[in-house]
Amino acid sequence: MKHKTPLLDQLESGPWPSFVSDIKREAEARAKNEKGVDFQIPVEVCDDILGVMELTYEQKRTHWKHGGIVGVFGYGGGVIGRYCDQPEMFPGVAHFHTIRVNQPGGKYYNTEFLKKLCDLWDKRGSGLTNMHGSTGDIILLGTYTHQLEEVFYELTHDFNQDLGGSGSNLRTPSDCLGKSRCEYACYDTMALCYDLTNEYQDFLHRPAFPYKFKFKFDGCPNCCVASIARSDMSFIGTWRDDIRIDQKAVQAYVGGEVPVNGGAFKGRDWGAFDINAEVIDLCPTKCMSWDGKKLGIYTPECTRCMHCINVMPKALRIGEDCGVAILLGAKAPILDGAQMGSLVVPFMKVEPPYTEIKEFIEKVWDYWMEEGKNRERLGELMKRQGFQRLLEATGLEPIPQMVKEPRTNPYIFWRADEVPGGFERDIKEYRKHHLR
Amino acid sequence: MPYDPKEPLKDRITDLGPRHYEDFLPPVIKNNYGKWAYHEILEPGVLVHVAENGDKVFTVRVGGARLMSISHIREICEIADKHCDGHLRFTTRNNIEFMVDDLAKVEPLKKELLGRKQAGGGFKFPIGGTGAGITNIVHTQGWIHCHTPATDASGVVKAVMDDLFDEFTSMRMPAQVRISLACCLNMCGAVHCSDIAILGYHRKPPMVDWEVIDKVCEIPLAIASCPTAAIKPGKFTREDGTTAQGVQVNADRCMFCGNCYTMCPALPLADDVGDGIVIMAGGKVSNRISPPKFSKVVVAFLPNTPPRWKETCDCVKNLVEVYAKDARKYERVGDWAERIGWERFFEKTGLPFTHHLIDDFRDPAYYTWRQTTQYRFTNS
Repeated sequence: MKHKTPLLDQLESGPWPSFVSDIKREAEARAKNEKGVDFQIPVEVCDDILGVMELTYEQKRTHWKHGGIVGVFGYGGGVIGRYCDQPEMFPGVAHFHTIRVNQPGGKYYNTEFLKKLCDLWDKRGSGLTNMHGSTGDIILLGTYTHQLEEVFYELTHDFNQDLGGSGSNLRTPSDCLGKSRCEYACYDTMALCYDLTNEYQDFLHRPAFPYKFKFKFDGCPNCCVASIARSDMSFIGTWRDDIRIDQKAVQAYVGGEVPVNGGAFKGRDWGAFDINAEVIDLCPTKCMSWDGKKLGIYTPECTRCMHCINVMPKALRIGEDCGVAILLGAKAPILDGAQMGSLVVPFMKVEPPYTEIKEFIEKVWDYWMEEGKNRERLGELMKRQGFQRLLEATGLEPIPQMVKEPRTNPYIFWRADEVPGGFERDIKEYRKHHLR
Repeated sequence: MPYDPKEPLKDRITDLGPRHYEDFLPPVIKNNYGKWAYHEILEPGVLVHVAENGDKVFTVRVGGARLMSISHIREICEIADKHCDGHLRFTTRNNIEFMVDDLAKVEPLKKELLGRKQAGGGFKFPIGGTGAGITNIVHTQGWIHCHTPATDASGVVKAVMDDLFDEFTSMRMPAQVRISLACCLNMCGAVHCSDIAILGYHRKPPMVDWEVIDKVCEIPLAIASCPTAAIKPGKFTREDGTTAQGVQVNADRCMFCGNCYTMCPALPLADDVGDGIVIMAGGKVSNRISPPKFSKVVVAFLPNTPPRWKETCDCVKNLVEVYAKDARKYERVGDWAERIGWERFFEKTGLPFTHHLIDDFRDPAYYTWRQTTQYRFTNS
């Protein structure tokens, strides 16, 4: 190896896959170059990433410079510029730009696509990736500026494949695998995600927003892609009719014939399944009953938390009248603290071509683009201006489902048109009856 | 025609979007799209999904570093070609799923996956990450690529997962335990709703790089970026007598979020001993039983101790062990802490409770103070 890495080497032991071993392997493969690849960036890029990491492990401070505005023509996102602050020591990573590639729905691949992508990145980049980045993209990690257009050209021409979002763009939308392999999916997450991603390509590539904007699509309230915590607009599947009950299968669970929770608890002896303790009593709204023979669910009180369905997936199924709940404003703590998504649309049907959903999205965007300050996320704008402004902007009627509880202060911003006679009054008339 | 640097806009194609997922679905998935009836985890890391018509897809889930080389991806493809007709998928938590349509194909696939080891002895494809266990840690870039991190990502995750490996390959927790890591407060990884969150954090205010601040920085933007108004305009006389317009940092008001550095490269915060790790606990995103909740800060600071971050590993392991022993079936870490009370949480985990853990940031702080006489006496 080019650099000695005694600290990093200690991350090669242990059972979990080691990224150090993996990078070393790639460094060796590049040095040998058995396939005769015409490397377009320094052959020692992987050696030098190990070198700069070792130095960082010694000094405990990052060695990447601040920012770096690079990209491809016409796009305002998709590439993250990165330069090393010790380029002479580590020339292989003097430039180490990242390219975000928009992942396919559900992160399904065939090997033909992946192998071809490996060949591209072998020739034009570091050979290192993230599968996948936090937002969901395929991350091609580390290349030189002169390769950016080359990679983009090949992706679009040979892969029929576009970049993802970064900066003040619509960020690459991401989804759970939904109906493709999950019986809990209340709507087709992959179809909606794909449609909206294509509908809003302009916003994804060309910054038009005050700040980043994320869509995420969860097929059910289990929220496997965490949309409720980390997307400005979160689409979570739900339903409004009865949970479908197979009473015979419930009996099978009670009789211990079927492992509970799809087998998730097989690793420990939790004793015999107790439907009262584990389902009926844990139901958050206590809308369930069990008389020893028949399971009852009183649908009007059910808040569709998924617990009973998760425990007995063979016996209970989501309803058939399905749609989405839309929550707005989730974000990580920067700047004024973390925000969870707030329920704005309790239920909307999800049917192509998704006109109702798109109309809602565009009303929210219009409001945010008009009122949002530079680097203000939608959730922060909602906090600053209040829920009422959002209702005005979207034309939605207030309903109690939107709040956990009503306000505890009477500081209501009454509008003049809500108070008889308005706010214009005559002080002289008033003083006729009330001496100073 | 290949790309021609002299004519960059020739034959340009844009706004294609992602590839359509239908191009990539295995036949058994495509045939039963929207028609799945139920599923079962047969053993840790192995699932079967059963369609309404009786079709089955068997999934073998393996963990991995999300930072992966093309050599590794080619190896994944080799396995998928051999066993899965060239199909595979990744999960949102950086696991890889190999799918087959027949139970008989599962054992040969498992054997192949577990037989592949790295040079240092680690598994390339450890099987697990299902059910009431600890699945892969989602994380950010850390020192491998990011300019604002307060800790590394891949290294910490490797060290913690080595310690928790037996929980990845088993399902003996009271509920699923989601661990996440973000290397700074920007939280590309949005770890703020995790059962256990490992968060990089700075503890020293930014330094002002007077040599360049007036050349590289939009001063008003840097000032406006500070949520606590700790940054105000300032002047500085350089050694050569020239003066620079820049900013002054009021250290007393700084809570080290780093937002100023995001706006201004002349305000670096990184420090070898100032930076380290915050441990948060009790968050979740699922709506199951209780609503989603934020993780709470339970350890204000642990030092950066590469390469193996022993203090962080020990802390996470202790949290997992105490939780696993004490929580009831189906109880997430946060549900457990709320049932026993946070005062009891600190007693049971042995974590010291210090002033750092009492919220003093803006309005939400008040709502976390105890406004009742109902509390538990504890021994800590």
